[in-house]
Amino acid sequence: MVTEVIAKNQASPTRTRRVTQDSRGTRVFGAFNTVFLLLLCAGMLYPFITVLAQSFSSPGAIKAGQVSFWPVGFNLDTYGAVMQNETFWRNYGNTVLYTVVGTAIAMTLTTTYAFVLSKKHLKGRKVLIGIAVFTMFFNGGLVPNYVLISSLGMKNTLWAIVLPGAISVFNLLVMKSFFESLPRDIEEAAQIDGLGWYGIFGRIVLPLSKAVIATMVLFYSVAFWNDWFAAFLYLDKSELFPVTLFLRNLIAGASTSTSEGAAAAGTTTELLSANIESVTMILTVIPILCVYPFVQRYFVSGVMLGSVKG
Amino acid sequence: MPLTENELPPQAAPAVSVAGAAAPAPSGLIEKPPARRRRKRQTWREALEKDWQLYSLALVPLIFFAIFKYAPMLGNVIAFRKFRPGGNIFGDEWVGLRYIELFINDPTFWRVFANTAILGGLTLIVCFPLPIVLALLLNEVRKKRFKKIVQSISYLPHFLSVVIVVGMLMQLLSLQGTVNQIIGAFGGEGIPFLQRAEWFRAVYVGSEVWQTVGWGTILYLAALTTVDESLYEAARIDGAGRWRQTWHVTLPGIRPTMVTLLVLNIGTFLNVGFEKVLLLYNPLTYETADVISTYLYRVGLVSNNLSYAAAIGLFQALIGLVMVLSANLVSRRITGTSLW
Repeated sequence: MVTEVIAKNQASPTRTRRVTQDSRGTRVFGAFNTVFLLLLCAGMLYPFITVLAQSFSSPGAIKAGQVSFWPVGFNLDTYGAVMQNETFWRNYGNTVLYTVVGTAIAMTLTTTYAFVLSKKHLKGRKVLIGIAVFTMFFNGGLVPNYVLISSLGMKNTLWAIVLPGAISVFNLLVMKSFFESLPRDIEEAAQIDGLGWYGIFGRIVLPLSKAVIATMVLFYSVAFWNDWFAAFLYLDKSELFPVTLFLRNLIAGASTSTSEGAAAAGTTTELLSANIESVTMILTVIPILCVYPFVQRYFVSGVMLGSVKG
Repeated sequence: MPLTENELPPQAAPAVSVAGAAAPAPSGLIEKPPARRRRKRQTWREALEKDWQLYSLALVPLIFFAIFKYAPMLGNVIAFRKFRPGGNIFGDEWVGLRYIELFINDPTFWRVFANTAILGGLTLIVCFPLPIVLALLLNEVRKKRFKKIVQSISYLPHFLSVVIVVGMLMQLLSLQGTVNQIIGAFGGEGIPFLQRAEWFRAVYVGSEVWQTVGWGTILYLAALTTVDESLYEAARIDGAGRWRQTWHVTLPGIRPTMVTLLVLNIGTFLNVGFEKVLLLYNPLTYETADVISTYLYRVGLVSNNLSYAAAIGLFQALIGLVMVLSANLVSRRITGTSLW
């Protein structure tokens, strides 16, 4: 990735004409700034690079502390071992399932509620907004939530993972701002044509909001994909775990004893747990990295939208 | 609790604003009052008749809030009631302030309280200014493409799962990891960072910086684009150099954003990253690493003292609420910007 960055940077035509007009001090500062930012990027990416390097390295090289930027003793054995591991794939599948179901539910609830909140004439609108916003500042806390989920009988079910996080108030406010920014006259015209709010929502507002819906889908998916704690609290059976919890158990095992980590991965070979962890991390992070360029286009506008007073 | 109820309506009015003054009230306000006055007289029956479809759309989300957000809030009564696993989720019998007294007299509680304040304070001090610096540096970059790439890379850690972040930290800081390789290259002795209580805070804050510095620049960069270009020109004519332009024009220009974010951060500084600490700490580092939320997790869910843990949790949540509200009040007094 670093090489790509540097290549891109060199390829981009520098505007030398403008730079020569600047004073020497500015030029020196500019050069230092560029170098500093390049170093910063390298530092930011280093953890990814070293994990990637470890995932391809031989256990011996890792144990000897020889791996930094580049794989030492290149091999694909660890990838083979992890990919043959049934628990890993089952947990990976669970993550996909939780992400898809969770995002679907979250999107349904968030878009409908945001649509209602965006109707400024609605009586009781402020109360409805308050109900949502208040939960940003005060929440029930760990124990009451746990008691609730247990007593609803949701432990060891999908619902414990996907329901409690179904509305992110931040995302809700972003959507609400977006809906408020839509031109009113289209809705009014539709009302005159006899369309009710259901029709306006389904046939006019949603088709106009594809961009913001895409952003929210990505935000929610990333959140569900990354979540491990709900699963850690509410799931006891390893066949229900998401892959993040699989990884957590590897890590937790590694910090106490190495053999436990390897046992959690279900491998009998003499692979180092650091190897297995690296491979699992890479495989878990790949979907995020694939989605990232697409989210990125939107999230800045998302953050900005959310920050505009409703 | 009365405080929270009194405060609900004002915050209910406008939604949260992080950019604060960067977003002035829309001009649409002028035409609003007559419409609003007419609608104020609308009775609930009329409203329901006219907008029943809208209310019905709100129904499912409201049920969601009631069950998953407000029921746990009420569930906090188990802090004052004896709770029997498998029994009533709101507890079985009143015990009054017994659990509150219990944690007030619990030395471990005060240790984790101090740890929380220190960890949160350090994070705030280190993580608040750095995005501003980075945003200022990025703002000086002329090549758009390069700026974009730096931004993309620096936002990336924000999207990682805590589990991945902690996994990476463990590999970097292990005895075979990069940090110890460097120490070794200089002839130093390897340090098992994650087993040492004195290193925990540095490790935690460092990783927070890595995760948040880039993402934190977004709002500042946006605020920087709103600074009036003519102010720079005026400063240049007055003979101000780059540095003084930054000091006298740029920084005052983004001050509302800075204040708002500072207020938000101060208000939430006790909410240290529970999940990260939980993954990162171990009995060897409890001395500095154990925070309120991890302590109540162990007390409540590992040792099954649910009522006791709920009392601690309620205390923490109330402190958090009071801090956000007072930080907001201070901000409004000093700068006229507030979160709501």
